[in-house]
Amino acid sequence: MASREHELSALPQTSDPPRGRLSQLLARLISPYLHGEPRGPVPEVLGRLIYPFVRGEAPKPQQATGFYTDTTVCIGCKACEVACKQWNQLPSDGFNWSGNSYDNTNELSATTWRHVKFIEQFSEQTSNVLAPMGTVSDESPLNRWLMMSDHCKHCLAAPCHQACPTGAIIQNEFENVYIQADICNGCSSCIAACPFGVITRSEMGGHSHKCTLCYDRQRDGLEPACAKACPTQSIHFGPVEELREQASKRVDQLHERGVPQAYLYGDVPSETYSAMHSFYLLVDRPSVYGLPDAPFNPWLHMMGDYVRSVAGGLVAIAVLLVVVFLLKP
Amino acid sequence: MPGLGASFGRGAATNYQQDMANSDCILFMGSNMAEAQPVGFRWPMEGKLKGATLIHVDPRFTRMSAVCDLYVGIRSGSDIAFLGGLVNYVLTNDRWFHEYVLAYTNASTIIDEGFRDTEDLAGMFSGFDQQHDSYDSKKGHWGYEESRPGNAEQDGSKHTPEVESAKDPHVPQGYSRMGSSEPYTSPYEDIINAPRDPTLQHPRCVMQILRRHFARYTPEAVSQVCGCKPEEFIRVAELLCTNSGRERTTCIAYALGWTQHTTGVQIIRTAGILQLLLGNMGRPGGGIMALRGHSTIQGATDIATLYDSLPGYLPQPAVHDPEHEDLSWYIEYGRMPTGYWANFSKFIVSLLKAWYGDAATPDNDFGFSWVPRVDGDYSQLAYFDRMSKGGVKGYFLAGQNPGGGGPNAGLHRAGLRNLEWLVVLDWFETESAVFWKNDPNAPPPSEIGTEVFFIPAAAAQEKEGSLTQTQRLIQWHKKAIDPSGDCRSDAWFFYNLGKRLKQLYAGSTDPRDQGLLNLTWDYDFDEQPRLPDGTLSRIEGEPDLEKVLMEINGHRLNEIDPRTGEPHLVSGYSELKDDGTTACGCWVYSGVFPEPGRNRADERKLSDNPIQPEWGFAWPNNVRVLYNRASADPEGRPWSERKKLVWWDSEKRSWVGLDKPDFELTKPPDYQPPLGATGMDAIAGTHPFITKADGLGWLYSPGIKDGPLPTHYEPVESPFGNLLYPKHSTNPTVRLFPGPLNHIAHMPTAEYPVVATTFRLTEHYLSGPMSRFNSWLNELQPEMFAELSFELAAERGIVHGGWMTIHTPRGQIEARAMVTRRLRPFVVEGRVVHQIGLPFHWAFAGEVVGGNANDLTALVADPNVSMHESKAFTCQVQAGRLEGQALHPTAPTAHWPTLDPIPDTPASAQPEGRIGHGK
Repeated sequence: MASREHELSALPQTSDPPRGRLSQLLARLISPYLHGEPRGPVPEVLGRLIYPFVRGEAPKPQQATGFYTDTTVCIGCKACEVACKQWNQLPSDGFNWSGNSYDNTNELSATTWRHVKFIEQFSEQTSNVLAPMGTVSDESPLNRWLMMSDHCKHCLAAPCHQACPTGAIIQNEFENVYIQADICNGCSSCIAACPFGVITRSEMGGHSHKCTLCYDRQRDGLEPACAKACPTQSIHFGPVEELREQASKRVDQLHERGVPQAYLYGDVPSETYSAMHSFYLLVDRPSVYGLPDAPFNPWLHMMGDYVRSVAGGLVAIAVLLVVVFLLKP
Repeated sequence: MPGLGASFGRGAATNYQQDMANSDCILFMGSNMAEAQPVGFRWPMEGKLKGATLIHVDPRFTRMSAVCDLYVGIRSGSDIAFLGGLVNYVLTNDRWFHEYVLAYTNASTIIDEGFRDTEDLAGMFSGFDQQHDSYDSKKGHWGYEESRPGNAEQDGSKHTPEVESAKDPHVPQGYSRMGSSEPYTSPYEDIINAPRDPTLQHPRCVMQILRRHFARYTPEAVSQVCGCKPEEFIRVAELLCTNSGRERTTCIAYALGWTQHTTGVQIIRTAGILQLLLGNMGRPGGGIMALRGHSTIQGATDIATLYDSLPGYLPQPAVHDPEHEDLSWYIEYGRMPTGYWANFSKFIVSLLKAWYGDAATPDNDFGFSWVPRVDGDYSQLAYFDRMSKGGVKGYFLAGQNPGGGGPNAGLHRAGLRNLEWLVVLDWFETESAVFWKNDPNAPPPSEIGTEVFFIPAAAAQEKEGSLTQTQRLIQWHKKAIDPSGDCRSDAWFFYNLGKRLKQLYAGSTDPRDQGLLNLTWDYDFDEQPRLPDGTLSRIEGEPDLEKVLMEINGHRLNEIDPRTGEPHLVSGYSELKDDGTTACGCWVYSGVFPEPGRNRADERKLSDNPIQPEWGFAWPNNVRVLYNRASADPEGRPWSERKKLVWWDSEKRSWVGLDKPDFELTKPPDYQPPLGATGMDAIAGTHPFITKADGLGWLYSPGIKDGPLPTHYEPVESPFGNLLYPKHSTNPTVRLFPGPLNHIAHMPTAEYPVVATTFRLTEHYLSGPMSRFNSWLNELQPEMFAELSFELAAERGIVHGGWMTIHTPRGQIEARAMVTRRLRPFVVEGRVVHQIGLPFHWAFAGEVVGGNANDLTALVADPNVSMHESKAFTCQVQAGRLEGQALHPTAPTAHWPTLDPIPDTPASAQPEGRIGHGK
């Protein structure tokens, strides 16, 4: 019985020592004020003033990690949702029955970082005959109930990361996209940038929040809470390269077993979007699962927008110059 | 679970859940494992990844159907018709495993000449007593050929108590040994020597009776009764047949979808017959998985919270029973001369020694007279029926919520209102604790006389103890932290209650008090226990449950272990004796604590052996696959390399293999019992079912109260008559509880034309006593809803997401309408019938509240185990809401964050969600 746990062996540094000569000097300067017991108002203020200039050593880069979610074995138990909320101490979103199959949490939000989707696909034909799961053909009526555990895609080139003006969104040492909520100023640019609707702003604190890929657990060598809780191994966690290999084998297996439409979503970059560290095995079009069929990184618009803006500005200045100097009466 | 006991000998799941990964095919029926046991469902999914075919047969398309390879919808309550059809298919198409069936089952045994089958009597067996609505198996000649009534009478008084009136639901029922006893086939000696016909041609041999009995369960008949298509049925049958045999095995898994019927025991029996015919019993990836509840439901029957059995499935003595007067009579009627139950006297004497210690001596029958006698039916349904009529004074409820989750919960609450006092031990104020003030249908609190004592209980993490789960695996859990405030473990409560009672009765010479006074009750910790962090526990008076487990395991009283200075622990139940020199609190658990300091339930060792024998301890004797002798052929060789488990090693002269052999280790396969042999010596080397008197799997089993073979009857409430046996619509031996609070819609009725079934959601637990007080679960399933088809919704003008009301003769509730194609109307007997599904998780107490499906269900009982019929009853549905006040939550939404900040830790290192959300 192989252990299902993928526990990371290399423990990164948990305390960040000061980096560079200036930082070291400053740190030495203020350390008595930070740790020493007798504090007065003057050292306190001095320490607070100097502290932001002390730069920590960046953690050593680790193997890139991510999720591979095999939706064909998901049983919709929502253990991942509860594990996520419990580990991260997120509040419930209120008790509202949606009538949308068994989905009552509806969407990813600042307080729901894992969300299980339910898609009922049943033909109108009155029949109890059901085709084997996943098979779609013209003869057999489509009768299936798709379930998918959704979460942040941890894109390699993340639009939210690119859009963040404060540097609150970073790519951490595991190449996961991480929001430092205490730096976030709540501008919401990331919300507009994300093509998957992953991020929202918390009404309670005003900051943006989303899945951290359990950064705190990974730093302690543990797998994320959702993957740990998943009873059927629909959620796999591990180094992205290994996951991709595993996933493509599973796709081949499904193709052999009569599910030709199985494919991976997000494991490789497209023309308009980077690869994602969290990718999915799906059996229907992405839009059926509420995912964009062809995700588009808004950054790709930016070059043209900049050129047009600058060009437009130049033209405007030129026109102004003409008006001011050449058409001077 | 007499359904399994009557077929195989032990009333427990035969295989272990991890073994489902070894199956080639799994039939889930009456089970929604993915939703109800999602953690264990990992193993069927692993089997599926390896190529196994998963089949789901159920009235509703559920989250489990979604991941199965094949789903077939059948009408609630038609399970025996479907399974009987499978038995018939296997027999008529000659797909049964000939060698297995001939060697390991009673197919060749010849049945008494006087026996009449349902085929002869149009839906009834011989021996029916019209006056009492019950069977007398002796008069019905259900026994084996030689067990004629004449012989029985000559044998003296070897009779069993007459089954008393089933009309009066309060007579004692049950007291059988794991359902394996065959009290109606006396004298027992005949069982081992009954005439057999190995050619299976004798018209009265079991095989021929079986063929005739199931002949009318054709694919067409199945389709007519169940509402599925014949080709769907045949597809299931073919999958089962092609995945059984030497090289392949099929597993059948069931849960409450089978048991909660008035024919539940017989449904399970049909599956037993099918698995014996296909040769899947005792083999890896085969067997029957009885999927039990999450915590320790199996343990509750093993250690006998049931009123009719003592620990280890010994019969509970009854007050009016002449056979239970003294110990020798009790043993005489309890034991069987052959098979493992020949050791009966050792089990009961050791149990009495464990309970009464030194006070139990041979001179006083080891204190047998102190064991309380039951004087009536104390099963839940009968008890609450009596309570609702004012016949009960006080009651203890530990972790149970009959006021919310009992069938016909309104009647249960009426019962609670009639009590003088009630003690509720629970985490939260459940329906059963606040019924006097929050029940919208109850009289005002001033008119209710019940005094309710609420005792806050500790959670599993706050106490130590063992859980015995669905695969008989005993697992110890340790205490992580002390319970908060006044919360105490259930063990603490009952241990200290017992101590106080003993004090109150101290010095009494009244004979009836001697049992209590002599009870061994000394489980104090030797020193104050420590928590995992090394600090002393704050709780005073907690019992040391390892001492209890050691008592359950058993001691050799005449031998002192030099290591401890205490009596020597026994290493297993084979060491038990009936002379008073051993004590054992539950013989089936013996071996769980074989030496000082070695609590096998607490072991968590992983090894290369896929069976993982050192992970916990499975009863009996750490056997993981029961009857595993049958995994080898009669000569003792594995049926196939692929499916090998236990085999005979002729060099070592011993049974060996991956699992612990469930057989005498050194009994060779060619062993034939000498004439007149008794006990285990009477079991041949080819007879794997060692707790049956003849060591065989019983295709035909006379030990069940509603017939030796399963027969399809409609549920007590059904819109249809019985198509297979038109003269007998419902189980003739069903027990009813007539009364103003328990009206039944008898027989096809236009008033209640819709079939209803209750079901379970992953997100909630039972009636919600644990889950509806947790906002992380409540947001996932916040409100009561009912699932219904588009067709029914259109007929009644019900809108998806709108409100609907559901009525039965017992009550009415409102629910949100979940109109879905996952439910379809069935065409049964040419008529369209609609079915709705009702989750049973809501009631009027908690953080979220809603209509209670169990306010609709009825009190009716299966004759064997007093099980109700919540999985099939009839109702009427309408659009709209109920009049009157809407329910309001009784508990505020849990405060958030739920934990205090972690001390000495900066804000940025607190759990993520607290940043920006915290206090």
